[in-house]
Amino acid sequence: MNNGNGEAYWKANVRLMITLLIIWALVSFGFGIVLRPLLAGISIGGTDLGFWFAQQGSILVFLVLIFFYAFRMNKMDREYGVDEQ
Amino acid sequence: MDQYTLNLLVIGASFALYIGIAIWARAGSTSEFYAAGRGVHPVMNGMATAADWMSAASFISMAGIIAFGGYDASAYLMGWTGGYVLLAMMLAPYLRKFGKFTVPEFIGDRFYSSSARMVAVVCLIVASVTYVIGQMTGVGVAFSRFLEVDSATGLYIGAAIVFVYAVLGGMKGITYTQVAQYCVLIFAYTIPAIFISLQLTGNPIPPLGLFSDHVGSGQPILATLEATLRDLGFTTYTERHDSMLNMFLFTMSLMIGTAGLPHVIVRFFTVPRVADARTSAGWALVFIAVLYLTAPAVGAMARLNIMTTMWPNGVQGEAISEADLPQWFANWQVTGLLAVEDKNGDGKIQFYNDKSPADSPVMQTATERGWQGNELTTFNQDILVLANPEIANLPGWVIALVAAGGLAAALSTAAGLLLAISSAISHDLIKGAINPNISEAGELMAARISMGVAIAVATYLGLNPPGFAAQTVALAFGIAAASIFPALMMGIFSTRINNKGAVAGMLSGLLITVIYIFLHKGWFFIPETNSFTDADPLLLSIKSTSFGAIGAVINFAVAYFVSNATEEPPAEIRDLVESVRVPRGAGTATTH
Repeated sequence: MNNGNGEAYWKANVRLMITLLIIWALVSFGFGIVLRPLLAGISIGGTDLGFWFAQQGSILVFLVLIFFYAFRMNKMDREYGVDEQ
Repeated sequence: MDQYTLNLLVIGASFALYIGIAIWARAGSTSEFYAAGRGVHPVMNGMATAADWMSAASFISMAGIIAFGGYDASAYLMGWTGGYVLLAMMLAPYLRKFGKFTVPEFIGDRFYSSSARMVAVVCLIVASVTYVIGQMTGVGVAFSRFLEVDSATGLYIGAAIVFVYAVLGGMKGITYTQVAQYCVLIFAYTIPAIFISLQLTGNPIPPLGLFSDHVGSGQPILATLEATLRDLGFTTYTERHDSMLNMFLFTMSLMIGTAGLPHVIVRFFTVPRVADARTSAGWALVFIAVLYLTAPAVGAMARLNIMTTMWPNGVQGEAISEADLPQWFANWQVTGLLAVEDKNGDGKIQFYNDKSPADSPVMQTATERGWQGNELTTFNQDILVLANPEIANLPGWVIALVAAGGLAAALSTAAGLLLAISSAISHDLIKGAINPNISEAGELMAARISMGVAIAVATYLGLNPPGFAAQTVALAFGIAAASIFPALMMGIFSTRINNKGAVAGMLSGLLITVIYIFLHKGWFFIPETNSFTDADPLLLSIKSTSFGAIGAVINFAVAYFVSNATEEPPAEIRDLVESVRVPRGAGTATTH
């Protein structure tokens, strides 16, 4: 493996990871807990959107995040020539 | 056929299924026994991981905590699922590339130190034993009800079955057994939920039912529940009552603890390829999410059902007569986990919050109507899921199925944890340090003895558990969060952290967290030896279950400063870290 390639691959990986972790924190710690008062106006099924994010929404977003990460990384593995052969 | 026989039949049939699969799978391949999941499709591996992961805490305890905690209990839902995001991105692919089999092995190699490996063994054992206590609590509750004995006897029977199952049977490693256990537990969990959701909302999908209208009143389920609770002086369901700080830290502890628990991590060591480690984490979360999206619906709907049972004429009308209490009351009173007492002798059972402030409307109502305190004196939250089908008047086979599901959840997790404990002792401690020349038979014997000791300790502590099953398990997550996760993460994401930094970090994270827990829950969980309570904790509003996140920060900080003050790791360690970061060159996983 070419070392420069490995370094660029790792940087791209960390960049993708940080982006996805920001979304991860936003839906759970953000919408679900700290920012819930901001969503208080949006009502859903007898409560507000923050409650929905805390009990359902964040879990659904987590699922999307993992599969998106797996999909992007599997593509990146090939682009940078570091995939398993 | 009576319920007792039906329970025994269904539980017996589920066990016959697991054993049958184990025999069939073992005949096919013996190496499967050691390397669970190798050559298994990521979807199957995900399903088996989900069975390993979802324990008595998720199955038996969590919905009860949600039912009585409402919004505050969302920390469990987000925490126990959000950790998989961390696992998929920060640990699983790199640990798979590393290609060894135990967590202490990675820590020992990466930090080129057998003391680091030993510290990791200690962290793993403390976290796993605490976790097993939670399983024992759940198993005890399940057996006490279905065998109609008191909860201590239920615990002993449960411990005996776990012992036979994990120690003598040794069928933990067989992926297809766990796939079967997943199927049993998920059917057992969702079928009653679907029935109840249909009864209450007409919507057969529980997660949608939770946000639908109640068929009786036409109001949303959550609004109906909220109004009833408010009238009776209970804390409201959808509002936050915990402090924001504690809820934040608790969620964080559960998330990083999830990513740091050894029995889950090892499942990703053995998938065929690095790419599969990423997708396996995703599939595991898909199967876990089925239960986790159902649990909040079960919690809210069961709470509403209990309120309607106790107040059949509405909260303005008369409470239920003691003579009219449904059969499930009598069934559960045997276990001592449910109790009523007609304090004012009016033949009716008033269920309300008698701890409300004296000037609150409910207390005035109580005075006017001659109530002399809450008469549903004991309602152990851990019985909620198991009693749920009875509460909703579902047929007997559903009740039996739920019993089998709860046992599948507890047994699969307990067996996974005990395997992690015993491999840490026999493989990392004895073979890795004390006696490298130990024979294979000797290693196996050491593994079995350590499992037996772990079960005995957990049973003893399970008699006086530090909390409901899910709360005890939450403590285990705090310990894993403070000790194992930071060491693994720094081992992958930093080339600068050295042996001294890692050891100092793990030890300080573990010790400070354990001491904080013992100060609040009693030393070694022995009752009455605590100096603080979670209602009035030592630091701000941080409960002992939430302290893992602080412990993790301490671990990171100590490791960083100690490493920077001491020498850099040798060049071959830098090469090792760089090699785990790229998938290319990952061999097939090797067995011990």
